Amino acid sequence: MPADFNWAIGGEAGDGIDSTGKIFAQALSRAGRHVFTSKDFASRIRGGYTAYKVRTAIDPVQSVVDRLDVLIALTQRTIDENLDELHEGSVIIYDGDRSTMADVEIPEGMVGLDIPLKALAEEAGGAIMRNVVALGAACAVADFPIENLDSALQKRFGGKGEAIVENNKKAARAGLEYVHDEYDHEFDYDLETTDEDYVLINGDQAIGMGAIAAGCRFYAGYPITPATDVMEYLTGRIERYGGHVVQAEDELAAINLALGAARAGARSMTATSGPGIDLMTETFGLVATSETPLVIVDVMRSGPSTGMPTKQEQGDLNMMLYGGHGEIPRFVVAPTSIDECFWKTVEAFNFAEKYQVPVYVAADLAMAVTEQTFSPEAFDMDEVEIDRGKVVDDDSIDEWLDEEGRFQPHALTDDGVSPRAFPGTEQGAHMSTGLEHDELGRRTEDRSMRVEQVDKRDRKVETAKETEDFSPREFGDADSDTLILSWGSNEGALVEALDFLEEDGIDVRFLSVPYMFPRPDLTEEIEAADEVIVVECNATGQFANVVEHDTLTRVKRINKYDGVRFKADELADEIKATLDAEEVSA
Amino acid sequence: MSSNVRFTDFKSDKQPTWCPGCGDFGTMNGIMKALANSGTDPDNTFMVAGIGCSGKIGTYMHSYAIHGVHGRSLPVAAGVKLANPDLTVVAAGGDGDGYSIGAGHFIHAVRRNVDMAYTVMDNRIYGLTKGQASPTSREDFETSTTPEGPQQPPVNPLALSLAAGGTFIAQSFATDHKRHAEIVQEAIEHDGFGFVNVFSPCVTFNDVDTYDYFRDNLVDLADTDHDPTDYDAAKEKILDSSKEYEGVIYKDESSVSYEQKFGVDQDMSDIPSGAPDDAMDLVREFY
Ligand SMILES: Cc1ncc(C[n+]2csc(CCOP(=O)(O)OP(=O)(O)O)c2C)c(N)n1
Ligand code: SF4
Repeated sequence: MPADFNWAIGGEAGDGIDSTGKIFAQALSRAGRHVFTSKDFASRIRGGYTAYKVRTAIDPVQSVVDRLDVLIALTQRTIDENLDELHEGSVIIYDGDRSTMADVEIPEGMVGLDIPLKALAEEAGGAIMRNVVALGAACAVADFPIENLDSALQKRFGGKGEAIVENNKKAARAGLEYVHDEYDHEFDYDLETTDEDYVLINGDQAIGMGAIAAGCRFYAGYPITPATDVMEYLTGRIERYGGHVVQAEDELAAINLALGAARAGARSMTATSGPGIDLMTETFGLVATSETPLVIVDVMRSGPSTGMPTKQEQGDLNMMLYGGHGEIPRFVVAPTSIDECFWKTVEAFNFAEKYQVPVYVAADLAMAVTEQTFSPEAFDMDEVEIDRGKVVDDDSIDEWLDEEGRFQPHALTDDGVSPRAFPGTEQGAHMSTGLEHDELGRRTEDRSMRVEQVDKRDRKVETAKETEDFSPREFGDADSDTLILSWGSNEGALVEALDFLEEDGIDVRFLSVPYMFPRPDLTEEIEAADEVIVVECNATGQFANVVEHDTLTRVKRINKYDGVRFKADELADEIKATLDAEEVSA
Repeated sequence: MSSNVRFTDFKSDKQPTWCPGCGDFGTMNGIMKALANSGTDPDNTFMVAGIGCSGKIGTYMHSYAIHGVHGRSLPVAAGVKLANPDLTVVAAGGDGDGYSIGAGHFIHAVRRNVDMAYTVMDNRIYGLTKGQASPTSREDFETSTTPEGPQQPPVNPLALSLAAGGTFIAQSFATDHKRHAEIVQEAIEHDGFGFVNVFSPCVTFNDVDTYDYFRDNLVDLADTDHDPTDYDAAKEKILDSSKEYEGVIYKDESSVSYEQKFGVDQDMSDIPSGAPDDAMDLVREFY
C-alpha cells in the first residue's frame, strides 16, 4: 500500500471541479490526514480543462508527485491530460451516460468504474449533486469512512439549510453503495484517519491572515490572478479590526491609496501579480524615496506581458530587486512555504516600519492557490510581535526638531533610520516627496545633501544586516558535498525530493533562501561544496545569477518554465541527472 | 484643533519658485485661508499634490503633506483620509496632472466620494514642462508640441465630474481672493468629494487664457439666481461653453461620504503590539 494517496477530479471549467475538490480535501483534513492540493486551470471561466488534485498521507505532505491513484473524470480530456500520472491499477470514476464520456477509453491496466452519477444524484434530490455522488464512490474505492465526507458537506452546505446537507449526504452514500454493490473489486487503498485537527489553507489566505495578525488596517488592490484571494480574504475580515479594503480602479491607484494610508500611520498593504507590479513600479520609487513603510505582495505568475496568467513561474525576481528608475533600497522577502507566507508577511510589516522601506513579499502561483494542512499551532498568534520602529509622539518629538522647531523626517542618523511622526502629532507637520530632499523633507539639489540622503537610505540595509537574521532554512545532510539552493515554493518539492535521493543513497544539503534582499551571504556554504545546484521556476536563472554575482562562483542550474511547478519525484530525477552528468564529464 | 489658527500658519518658510504673477500664488493663498477658516490646523491637515508647477503647492505650505508622482494625488489623498478620517485632506494639482495622466483617477475619485477637497489649478497649459498643450487647452491653441493647436476639443472637467456622479462641483478664479477662499472652504466642508476647478493663469506660456480674459468672461453665480442644488440647472451651466462660471455649480445635499457609507471612522495608526486577542479564530476558520 503506497504511503500517500493521490486523487483528482477533472472536467470543464464550470463543472464545479474546484468546490468538489475542496470538499474532498476538507473531508481528508477533518479526518486528521495531511493534504496538499494543486490545481490545473486555464484562463477562462467556462469550458477548457480544469482539475483539482489532492495528495494525502498521514505524514505531512508539501508537494505534488507524478502519480494519480483515483481520478474522477467528467470528460475524456481529463483522462488524456493525466495519462502520464495514471498507472497500472489507477481507478477512473466516470459516468458513461454523460455526453462528454460517450466514447470513453479506459487505458490498459486501469480500472474504470462506470457510475450513473447524474441518475443517482437525481434520485437523491438533484442532478447538481452528481460530483458528490462521485465523491462517495471515491470513498468506497479509498476505503475512507464516509462520515468524514459528511462533516465537510456540513461545512460547505450548512448555510443553505439542513435539507441540502442531508440530500448531499444521501448522494454521497448512493455513490458509495453503487461501488460496493456493482464492483466486487479489491482496491489497494485504506485511508486511515487520526484524531489530529488540521487547518487547510492556501498561500494567499496565509498572507491575508498574516497581514491581519500584523495589524494591517488598510488594503488597496486591483483583482488579478493569482493574487485576488488575498483581497477576497481580507474583505469582510479586516473590518472586524477597524480596517478597510478598497478595490481601486487600477494598480496605480492601489499602490497610491496604500501609500497615502501608510503616510497617515496605518500598516498598509497591496497585492498583485507581475503586470500589476509593472504599473506600481512608478510609485514604488516614491514609496522608497519618501521612506514610507509599505508591504507590496507580488504573487508571481508566468510572464512576460500577460504570459500564462494561470501558470506558475518565478520570473519577477529581477523586477523586484531592480525595478524602477534610479537606485532605491527595498527589501524582498520570499516565503518558501504556505505557513511561511503567514510569518513572512508579519515580518514584512515589521521590516517596512523598522526600516521605513517598501517591502516586497515574493510569493508565487504554486503556493498561492495551493492548499495545505497544518496544525493550528503553525500559526501561533502569541508568537506575533509588532515593531513599529522609530515613531515619535507629542512628547518625544522634541528631540527631532531643528533649531527653528521644525520636524526632521529625514534626519541623517547613524543607522539610516529617521523618526516618523503620524499626522496629528503636534509639531510633526512635514513634507514627503519623491524629489530629493533635505532632512526636513524639502526639495534640494545640494550635492552633498543628495549624497548624504542616498547614503542614509542605503545605510538601513547595513543596519538590517547587522540586526536581523537573514539565514536560509536548512534541510538534508549538512556535511554533503552537494549543495542545493532554491527560493520560493520549490522548498516542499525539494524537501520530499531529498527523501527520494536518500533512498538511492544520495545525500545532499539543501538551503531554502527566504530573503532575496537583504539576503544571506552564502559564500562559505558554497565554498564548502563541490557541487552547487540552484533550482528555480524561470528560464534565465535569476536567483542563480544573483548567487554567482555574490559569491563569484559558477553554479549549476535546474530551471523549469513550462508553467508547471516542480514535482518531488521529477525533481529528484533531475538532480540525479545533473550529478551524473558531472561524474561523466569529470 | 486650535481655534485661533491664522492662514499664515499654513505657510512654509520656503520661497515659491513660481514665476512672478503666476495664478498659483492666489490659488494657494485661498486654500490656506479656506483651511484656517474651516477650523483645522497644520498638524491635522494633509495636503497631497502631484507634479507640475501646481504640484509644488504642498512644498510652499506648512502641514503634513505629500508631493507624489504625476497624476496620482487623488488615490494618495483617499488613502490618507481613510486611514485617519479625523484629518482635513486637500488634494491639489494641475489640469495636466488631473485631466490627462490622472484622468482615470479623477473619475473614480469623484465616484468614490471620499470626504476631501480637490483643487485643480487650471491654466490650460503644461507649465512646468514649458508650454505644451494640456487637456483643457483650446482646439486652436498653438504650443510647442501643437503648432496648429491640439485640434481636439478641450475636456470639460465639470462635465466629467457631473457624469461620474460628482456631489460637489465648483469653479473659482485665483485672484478673486475672497470668492475663491469661500468656494474652497465650502468644498472642504462638503461631506464628500469637493471638487473645485480653479482658473489659475500661467503668465509665461498662456497668452490666451489670461487674467484679462477671465475677468472679462467670468460670471459669478452668486450674482445670478442659480440654485446649486438643482441638478438640471447645474447641467445647463456646465454644458454652456459660451461663458466661464465662478461659484458652486452643483451640490448634492444628500451626499454621503464614502467613509460614512462604509463605516470607516477609526484612526488606523493605532494598533496593538501583537496579534488581535481573537486572532486564533482566524486560524480556526480553516478547519
Ligand atoms: C510620468 C511623468 N510623465 C511626465 C512628466 C513630466 N511632467 C512634469 S509636469 C508635467 C505637466 C504638468 O502640467 P499641469 O498639470 O497642467 O501643471 P502646470 O505645470 O501647468 O501647473 C509633465 C508632463 C513627469 N514628471 N512624470
Ligand atoms: S510656468 Fe506658468 S504655471 Fe508655471 S510658475 Fe510660471 S506662470 Fe506659473
